[in-house]
Amino acid sequence: MESEELQGIIDHYAGEKGALISVLQDLQGVCNYLPEPALRQVSDALHVPLSQVYSVASFYNAFSLKPRGRHHICVCLGTACHVRGAPRVLQEMERQLGIRAGDTTEDMNFTLESVNCVGACALGPVVVADGGYSGQMTARKVSPLLKTLGTSHEENQNDS
Amino acid sequence: MRTIWYEETLIAMIRIEIDGQAVDVERDTTILQAARQLAIDIPALCHHAAVKPYSACRICTVEVIRRGRSQLTASCSYPIREEIQVLTNSERVIHARRVLMELLLAQCPESKDIRDLAHRLGVENTRFRTRGEGSNCILCGLCVRVCRDVIGVSAISFVNRGWKREVKTPFDAPSEVCIACRACAHVCPTGAIQAEDISGNRMLSFWQTSRELQACASCGRPFAPGAEVQHLTRGRDDLRESLGICPQCRRTETGGRLERWTTSAQSRAIKDHGTP
Repeated sequence: MESEELQGIIDHYAGEKGALISVLQDLQGVCNYLPEPALRQVSDALHVPLSQVYSVASFYNAFSLKPRGRHHICVCLGTACHVRGAPRVLQEMERQLGIRAGDTTEDMNFTLESVNCVGACALGPVVVADGGYSGQMTARKVSPLLKTLGTSHEENQNDS
Repeated sequence: MRTIWYEETLIAMIRIEIDGQAVDVERDTTILQAARQLAIDIPALCHHAAVKPYSACRICTVEVIRRGRSQLTASCSYPIREEIQVLTNSERVIHARRVLMELLLAQCPESKDIRDLAHRLGVENTRFRTRGEGSNCILCGLCVRVCRDVIGVSAISFVNRGWKREVKTPFDAPSEVCIACRACAHVCPTGAIQAEDISGNRMLSFWQTSRELQACASCGRPFAPGAEVQHLTRGRDDLRESLGICPQCRRTETGGRLERWTTSAQSRAIKDHGTP
């Protein structure tokens, strides 16, 4: 991300008290993560100490300090999902993608994460992939889901 | 509410009772402050008079009886606004403090300060799973608050959340803004943060940060981090000279000045009156 683009985001919230989180959210939206140079720029522009910016950036799950993949997969491990077999779904995800929860594939295609309840317990086990909810997941449904995500990614690439 | 109006000051005082002793305090005095007025000892780890209360360690827990109802609360941050009764040593308080102490022991079993305080409260062991080797940090946040609110540098902060929470410099790298004033080490209740002056440098290994010590302008011995002297003399040219020399040389200089002054005063007295 260019610093001018980031400056645009910062200017959008100019003068607002507590603009930090809004700026970081927009930055995360554009870059998919929060790069260190960008955080430094935010600190300077908003006159918020870098330590505080880093504190906020590391606190919220919505922010990532490491680059995230193009597709973001969240496996719910909340109580309801857990008892209905979510750990097996996660295991299968980890096996097929070849990464552990919290990591990103080398080709930067997928980031796999686990969460403790997404608030859709009736659908459990739930997987949230790129914002879309897949309910009643099983290990067998993992492969088709990854394929759909992969194709939608290829389509996007063909479009652009 | 009974308020006592002191005629000279016209400050409303509130009468409270701590462990049966009555004391009149100003509105918004904290229970901890009031107890210390009465020389009643309440243990506290995250409290420091230099910064605002934070209620992180909860070791200062007391029982407050207000309008006939009793509650446990952190005394360091409880502002007194009405007549209350405080118990600092009731069974409930002691039990709560001991459990808290066990949790702290589980967090830093190696800290001497924590072990000593636990011993004082009658706790020798913890039933909770102890954290393996690690720092003696109890996450009280005193260093963060002092660095931000008193020193005004904000070199450190809490990072991450929940059980991963730690105090760190941004990006866990040596600090770029730390002035090595070691205020953090000074207030740290468990000694987790240590500062050492080695071969012309002040090392703060907890922050992986070191700063070069500046030489005294008078005797030439390194005495304070240059960054700290600079921070203290920002926009204060009048302080630059006196802070550029070490405390010992400053004392010697002040002593010399006093001596010169008294000698000249004496000689003036002799000239004027014929006697010293």
